[in-house]
Amino acid sequence: MTGRPDPDALLARISAEAARKERGKLKLFFGAAPGVGKTFTMLEAAQAKRREGVDVLVGIVETHGRSDTARLLEELPILPRHSIEYRGTTLHEFDLDAALARRPGLLLLDELAHTNAPGSRHDKRWQDVGELLDAGLDVYSTLNVQHVDSLNDVVAQITGVTVRETVPDTVLEMADEIELVDVSPEVLLQRLKEGKVYIPEQASRALERFFRRGNINALRELALRQTATRVDAEMRDYRQSQGITETWAAAERIVVCIGPDPHSARLVRAAKRMAEGLEAEWVALYVESAAHFRLSAEDQAAAVQNLRLAEQLGARTATISGDDIATEILAWARANNVTKIVVGKPIRGGWLARLRASLLDALVEGSGTIDIYVITGAARSPRLAKPTSAPLAPGDFGLAIGVVALATAVGMLFRGLLSTTDVAMLYLLGVVLVGARARQRPALVASVLSIAAFDFCFVPPYYTFAVGDLRYLLTFGMMLGIAIVMARLTGRIREQVERARSREQRTAAAYALSRDIAAAKDGDEILAAMARHIREAFASSVTVILPGTAGLFPEEDGVARWVFERRQMAGLGTQTLPATPALYLPLVASNVALGVVRVEPRDPRDAKDPVRRQLLETFVGQAAVALARAQLAERNQQTEVEVKTERLRTSLLSSLSHDLRTPLASIEGAASVLLAGTEPPLDARRALALTIVRESRRMTRLVANLLDMVRLEAGALHVNKEWQPLEEVVGVALVLLEERLQGHPVTTRLPPDLPLVPIDGLLIEQVLINLIENAVKYAPPATPIEIEASAGPGAVVVGVADRGPGIPPGEEMRIFEKFHRATDDDSAGGVGLGLTICQGIVAAHGGRMWAENREAGGAVFRFTLPIEGTPPPMPPEAEPAGARAADG
Amino acid sequence: MADAPLVLIIEDEAPVRAFLRTALAAHGYRIVESATARDGLAQAAGRNPEVILLDLGLPDEDGIALTRRLREWSKTPVIVISARGLEEDKVAALDAGADDYLTKPFSVVELLARIRVALRHAATVPGGDPVFAARDLTVDLGRRVVTVRGVEAHLTPTEYKLLAALARHAGRVLTHRQLSHQIWGAHTATQTQALRVHMNQLRHKLEAEPAHPRLLITEPGVGYRLRDE
Repeated sequence: MTGRPDPDALLARISAEAARKERGKLKLFFGAAPGVGKTFTMLEAAQAKRREGVDVLVGIVETHGRSDTARLLEELPILPRHSIEYRGTTLHEFDLDAALARRPGLLLLDELAHTNAPGSRHDKRWQDVGELLDAGLDVYSTLNVQHVDSLNDVVAQITGVTVRETVPDTVLEMADEIELVDVSPEVLLQRLKEGKVYIPEQASRALERFFRRGNINALRELALRQTATRVDAEMRDYRQSQGITETWAAAERIVVCIGPDPHSARLVRAAKRMAEGLEAEWVALYVESAAHFRLSAEDQAAAVQNLRLAEQLGARTATISGDDIATEILAWARANNVTKIVVGKPIRGGWLARLRASLLDALVEGSGTIDIYVITGAARSPRLAKPTSAPLAPGDFGLAIGVVALATAVGMLFRGLLSTTDVAMLYLLGVVLVGARARQRPALVASVLSIAAFDFCFVPPYYTFAVGDLRYLLTFGMMLGIAIVMARLTGRIREQVERARSREQRTAAAYALSRDIAAAKDGDEILAAMARHIREAFASSVTVILPGTAGLFPEEDGVARWVFERRQMAGLGTQTLPATPALYLPLVASNVALGVVRVEPRDPRDAKDPVRRQLLETFVGQAAVALARAQLAERNQQTEVEVKTERLRTSLLSSLSHDLRTPLASIEGAASVLLAGTEPPLDARRALALTIVRESRRMTRLVANLLDMVRLEAGALHVNKEWQPLEEVVGVALVLLEERLQGHPVTTRLPPDLPLVPIDGLLIEQVLINLIENAVKYAPPATPIEIEASAGPGAVVVGVADRGPGIPPGEEMRIFEKFHRATDDDSAGGVGLGLTICQGIVAAHGGRMWAENREAGGAVFRFTLPIEGTPPPMPPEAEPAGARAADG
Repeated sequence: MADAPLVLIIEDEAPVRAFLRTALAAHGYRIVESATARDGLAQAAGRNPEVILLDLGLPDEDGIALTRRLREWSKTPVIVISARGLEEDKVAALDAGADDYLTKPFSVVELLARIRVALRHAATVPGGDPVFAARDLTVDLGRRVVTVRGVEAHLTPTEYKLLAALARHAGRVLTHRQLSHQIWGAHTATQTQALRVHMNQLRHKLEAEPAHPRLLITEPGVGYRLRDE
């Protein structure tokens, strides 16, 4: 496998910058047949470019030994070919990577429809050209009309030669310029005679038919028409870009109904031409009927293939399901404002087809205003899957025999009671039972057996197969007819059930994924869910590759990078690097690649099965959309947090600078007056000194709060719990606040039986101090401040109440936010940290804090202190110290 | 004013020293200053001050160790000065032999009160059984009688021992450890929780408003003090 290109080395060189470069220009030299001189014309054009100073490089040019062509090549630099070993022979192919690395101004690449040697990056040369254009290189290439995908079958009809190498029409549309190279049939035939036209040996006989004058003229016409259509389109574009308006015909919409046969590919191409001609939107429609599930796997795949072909040719595709195909098509067409329906002409011969209303008849009958176009197709009825798809159990035949035996036994037993008709009915019941339980064939077997047994046992002459009364033959016929109808009916019901189940399974798989995605909390979980579902549906290993922080992929996986940058599938089962052991799917949402999913199936055939791949694509697509949404949400949230943090920072800075500077200014001012030397009166001096003291205390409190806040935020708050009476803590707070509380009567209501609480006395004291100070701050002078506590289940509730203005409605929770102040009036002082600190300390004790307004006015702040465990035992009573010391 | 009490200030922060100097001088104290522990120890030995104000955060030596070394040969009252949040250091200094403490920032009034208490205790002749009286409370340490507003209070032995220990050091802080030793003997562990419970009961018997005590003051994280003025 030395010839296998190392995809990583290849792809690593396709740098991201190449993709960003402006797209290169493609010029096609288009001809009706080999030998018209496309290569020669291309080389002439290239020579002209070279003289203009363009860096022209020959990628691949086949001279086929023609000297005039070879002469034109002489002065042009030629890119060395790349050798690929394939099955013992060495193939020389175009070296895409060397061309990308060399970056010529213009690259010549003959024969656009060429198929690359196996093991090349792309299957087709036109894919190489696509990549070159993407990398910003200008390309000249040549193409014959028979290689154009949508004309391929027309050419085959004209010439009788089917060309396998085709180029999608989109590539033609991609070309910036198409130059028609044309010669008269006489000249071409002359050249052929002179041996100037290259004909591969193995195709020489076929080509004899090809190069007939009539054929050549037909091909010329095709080529001319193709070029003319293009000129037309260019003209229209030009007029539109110049603001020349036209009256447009009412918008046409074409739907082409396709089936699981090669004939449908012709339909698709015909529809494409029609749509182009009419400037119409077109849709390829596939109806998944009961019959679909009876198709062989190949035909099912062919149906998907036809849909894909339509997609490649620019159609939208849709799959609907239903049994009555004509009705479904018409209903869909009406719902989607379709004006024309393209269907194939049914060629299914035979009396049955003639008897039954064909799809076409039904369509025409129900079409109303919709035009129906019928295209002739090749005769081939779809291959039905052999019924082996649902294997027949031998037990089913046993059942048939058993049921008939039972019916015979019952009939014989009650022979005297039953008429012959009753016995016939008994047999029919048996056949219906078999039909309901087993498949069609056992039911038919049962019916034949029934007739035989009936004839043998109950039709005179008895115990022979001879029939005495010929009317019994009619009975037999009717029995058989009823059995067939019943068997078909039950068979159809079963099919419907199976179809529903298959659809249900697919829907369930997609639904299960979407449910998991909905439950996912972030992008990682979405991707994990997707990988899990892929693994469940396909035995495979799944890797999700996301671009790293630098936006690049790990060097070792160049395929992933290629897929990410091009947003196209690659690897196993695709046309790009099919030799890779894994399939790479891009995670694309809104045209942005988010990452790449690498699926390495244990059975490589899984990647090639179009139905399974469709499910895989559904999974990846679903995940990509969800991922994009999750990433967007994450980004939004992050922005929100940033905005919040920023607002907080601004608020902190302005609060701090204000709250620190104000007292400092007062202190400095007062002190400088005292220093000034002019001796102010004693009262004034006292007042100044008082200002200094008061402002210093304010700053002390502020700094203490800031320090507490920092400790809380840093998680450095250490709660040292000790069992103690709450009363003592309240007492400490009141003693410390004695001065501040002057003018406010303080009432404490602590029940004497209040249990000990496990708290950090210093911290809870801080909570009480902050709450009491807060009350003093907002309460009018001389109004009371009340402190109360009560024991609840498992906790003590402490409250600090005032008769201030209360809390504005709706602010009950916001007041605990950092830097939140009840009023903008800053005479009350403080940065708005006090309550936040209280809440933090209470939370660290496992309690909670809230605020509410009191009925008679004012606010009350409450917090809980949970009681967990029991206090340690007390030491024994001390020795009595003396006679008079009490009785206790 | 030769007999004005001499105060040694061991403090490394010059502005604090200046403030203390000004405040104390204005109230008739004589002052000696030291900025380091080494110099402070030398001054204590050389000048024989009546009270030492010791900052716990000195650059050259730990204030607690300095207290311990001082106590090896001197009974001079030591008042330690420290910031809030360093309660453990204060307790350690008190247990090492310091007499009282002040938390920064403090007012001049508080400072003067502490110095007065320290000087008074230094002057008390040990062995006597004085009667403590403040507000409505009298504690007759000789007769072991406690009265509140003229009515005899009935205390348990533990409560009495607790109150007596505080009364003997009236105005000064006693740490939980010191109180535990005085009540339950020198070998018991510190009984903080028990002390709190007994103190709570004592307050209910002696204080008019137990949740807002005027006499039996808690020094958070350190111990208790019986206010004597």
